[in-house]
Amino acid sequence: MLEHLKPITIIVGHYGSGKTNLAVNLALDRKAAGQDVALVDLDTVNPYFRSADFKGLAEQAGIELVAPVYAGTNLDIPSLTARLDALIESGRPLVIDVGGDDAGAAALGRYSGLIREQGAYDLLYVVNRYRYLTRTAPEALEILWEIQKASRLQVTGVVNNSNLGEITTPEDVADTDTFAKETAESCQAPLLAVSVNRRFAASVGDLLRDRKIYPISIYVKKPWE
Amino acid sequence: MKQLASNEKVLMKGNEALAEAAIQAGCRHFFGYPITPQTEVAAYMAKRMPKIGGTYLQAESEVAAINMVYGAAAAGVRAMTSSSSPGISLKTEGISYLAGADLPALIVNVQRGSPGLGGIQPSQADYWQATKAPGHGDLHILVFAPSTIQEMVDMVFDAFELADTYRMPAMILADGMLGQMMEPISFPEKQVKQFDKFSWASCGHQGKRSHNVVNSLYLKPEQLEQMIQDRFQRYAEIQEKHTQWEEYLVEDADLVVVAYGATSRIVRSAINTARNQDYKVGMIRPKTLWPYPTKAIQQAAQHVKGFLSVEMSMGQMVDDVRLAVNGKVPVSFFGHTGGVVPTPAEVLAEIKKLLGGNQ
Repeated sequence: MLEHLKPITIIVGHYGSGKTNLAVNLALDRKAAGQDVALVDLDTVNPYFRSADFKGLAEQAGIELVAPVYAGTNLDIPSLTARLDALIESGRPLVIDVGGDDAGAAALGRYSGLIREQGAYDLLYVVNRYRYLTRTAPEALEILWEIQKASRLQVTGVVNNSNLGEITTPEDVADTDTFAKETAESCQAPLLAVSVNRRFAASVGDLLRDRKIYPISIYVKKPWE
Repeated sequence: MKQLASNEKVLMKGNEALAEAAIQAGCRHFFGYPITPQTEVAAYMAKRMPKIGGTYLQAESEVAAINMVYGAAAAGVRAMTSSSSPGISLKTEGISYLAGADLPALIVNVQRGSPGLGGIQPSQADYWQATKAPGHGDLHILVFAPSTIQEMVDMVFDAFELADTYRMPAMILADGMLGQMMEPISFPEKQVKQFDKFSWASCGHQGKRSHNVVNSLYLKPEQLEQMIQDRFQRYAEIQEKHTQWEEYLVEDADLVVVAYGATSRIVRSAINTARNQDYKVGMIRPKTLWPYPTKAIQQAAQHVKGFLSVEMSMGQMVDDVRLAVNGKVPVSFFGHTGGVVPTPAEVLAEIKKLLGGNQ
């Protein structure tokens, strides 16, 4: 897992970069490591493929899921819940899954003062070099700037989640290491890890010997998978 | 922006793939209005169009957007709008005007639960609207039904080209699932065909011809009838030449499931499981909904014992399956509506129910 993360771990990134899947993995791993973690779905932009879809999985693992009141219903109203203010103030470990791009990060901005007051937070920027609009470090940096501006929080680490969905090979992941390194350098934040499908995490480890590998399970799936 | 290498794969969301494909197919004029679950089409266009000298305009309503498409198409450029179910209803007047004025344009419908404001989860309940009455009057529009993100890309190219060839509106009929999900794709390297629209478009006569008027108002009944009859001759040619469908394990099938779009992915998964259990079941997947693959279904009706239409609706396309089968064998329906997505297990159970004694 990703060790040494501050109690409040916030996941931001370009939409479709794999934030939700990473957030679910982080929450499950932290819970398994004995932390009383809550998973927060802060996505007010996208009603599909979001942390709130994993209510059952979270409950089974004993993780509190905090989601907008109407998440998963047919009501087209993004709303925040007062529960989140209380959780941030409580100092309890949180994994916060933020909506994509600056549009999604705007909701995080609403909590930035409270989060900064708490002090102990990590803002992880998730990148995927196979996403069409973030295939170079300058493109990834541009999106991060927009996210930081909207969220009023600073990135503290980069996670390379580069993948091509179901056709991803270990080589596809290894090929993105230079991109991830350049992106982290230009973001002036450490490259914490490359998150890789558990099925071939070891093979990627062989290809990228000096890189921290974070093996993850794929929870975000399509109905026919 | 970094150019893609030949056949380079990227991971894209359905909605943004539709938008990027349109740009690569030469569309530089997008007029839209946000609505879940298609908003990323407009958001993507808003970001990209200014960087490539194109026009992105968020109209004051869906009605305004479709009429801006009419104006742009009349001026001879590739134009596009996108929306989701309730927004498409607002565009239907404009779609009829486009058809009546013989104008090419692309309309994307990322369907959501309906009627009324409905919901925001995936649906296929706009089949009747798209294929029977996309606007008032005697008219058809081309309707493409992609089932993968790659097909969404490829069909955008096809839709623009056929729309320009036959001077008529084309629709990509997707659903919220396809719009929101991510898949690896590559963009086709084909040369976009150029169309000379000078003879009919209102794009300036350059002193070389009298000015063109693009219009759908014809007050003499005989003249209007003649125009519609000419148009229907073109429709007949399209039905003959451009009907697209896929057949999957149909040859030895006792039961053929008919499904399109995201639903066909669920059906395929159910068929694969059923085949492993020795059920002889196959699928006909319409890739164009107008023109409809009537002949393919007629042909299969010669040797199968029944058909099953699976849809995310109360049963709309099943009407066209029944028309094609014409009473020869039984036609059943299974589906969910309102944003509920059928599962492979449910479809498998339905297949087993119908083939119960045939195993």
